[in-house]
Amino acid sequence: MEWLKMEQWSPYAVGIGIGLLSCLTFFFSNKPIGCSTALSRTSGMLESLVRGGKVAEKAYYKEFAPSIDWEWMLVLGIFIGGFISAKLSGQFQVVWVPMKWTATFGNTPFLRWFTALIGGTIMGFGARWAGGCTSGHGISGTLQLAVSSWIAAICFFIGGIVTAMLIY
Amino acid sequence: MLKTLHAKENFQLGIGLLVGILFGFLLQKGGVTKYDVIIGQLLLTDFTVVKIMLSAMLTGMVGVHLLQSLGWAELHPKPGSFGSVVIGGLIFGVGFGTLGYCPGTLAGAVGQGSLDALFGGLIGLLLGAGLFAEFYPRLSKLILNRGHFGEKTWPQLLKVNPWWLIFPVALWLLNVFLWMEKSGL
Repeated sequence: MEWLKMEQWSPYAVGIGIGLLSCLTFFFSNKPIGCSTALSRTSGMLESLVRGGKVAEKAYYKEFAPSIDWEWMLVLGIFIGGFISAKLSGQFQVVWVPMKWTATFGNTPFLRWFTALIGGTIMGFGARWAGGCTSGHGISGTLQLAVSSWIAAICFFIGGIVTAMLIY
Repeated sequence: MLKTLHAKENFQLGIGLLVGILFGFLLQKGGVTKYDVIIGQLLLTDFTVVKIMLSAMLTGMVGVHLLQSLGWAELHPKPGSFGSVVIGGLIFGVGFGTLGYCPGTLAGAVGQGSLDALFGGLIGLLLGAGLFAEFYPRLSKLILNRGHFGEKTWPQLLKVNPWWLIFPVALWLLNVFLWMEKSGL
């Protein structure tokens, strides 16, 4: 079982694994893999804690009820799976600021965290605007040959490449 | 038999969790739960993300359509409009370049101990999704349905059997992989 402890697998092996996993979810759950509706649901659940039952009345939460569902469990699973994999390879490590960021902008956590907060906000907004993320559109949608997802995935990368080039 | 399986709620939540664990495991093993790898892709210096996404797409495309042809799976293409996927996709991209994770890989990044993903990214993602829910009624009237084209797939649009596209797309992807490996990307 040494391969479970390896730091990195070939990207092709990982991709094939994810592709097979997609087949499994279509078969066993009649669902494609996706992550970003879980954000809306969690956000709705948190808002409900503060503002109560009114939140569920919002038009958006009538479509995506603020409760735990299949996709929410999937995202929780990603967190657990990431942890297990990193632990097994000895890569688990509390990191305040990523290396590449430190090399260019220094290791002040505040600057990186604040940038991540802004980036996260834009991404959360954009993911729901586009109706999916890098998993839901980028992998699950493109493999179904969905027109909407091919266009979305191309736009994700155009926006991402331009922004990253501007930042670095 | 599958329909009853699909309707078992708790069983389904368990499947979701299990698939998530495997997905997160694979993402971490692939290196894409790391900010450096994702930003490297967007700066076009590290092609790990594209290799993983395209090989997942190739495998899933063949597999899922095979299941569909056998009557064992149904497709669920997302509906779309130019107003939603182009504008939303570009906004997502700006966030992608700024955050350096995507919603799924961020969860894995938190799992491997990246604090910027937890204290910056996760809070931001939830905030952004909440803001979208707030603005949804107005956006939906103004932009989201502009240029609506529905739940179309390329084979439906071109009115051909999906396999007429799957083979050329698969061949093209294999060539992309060969080219990437040859040019040392």
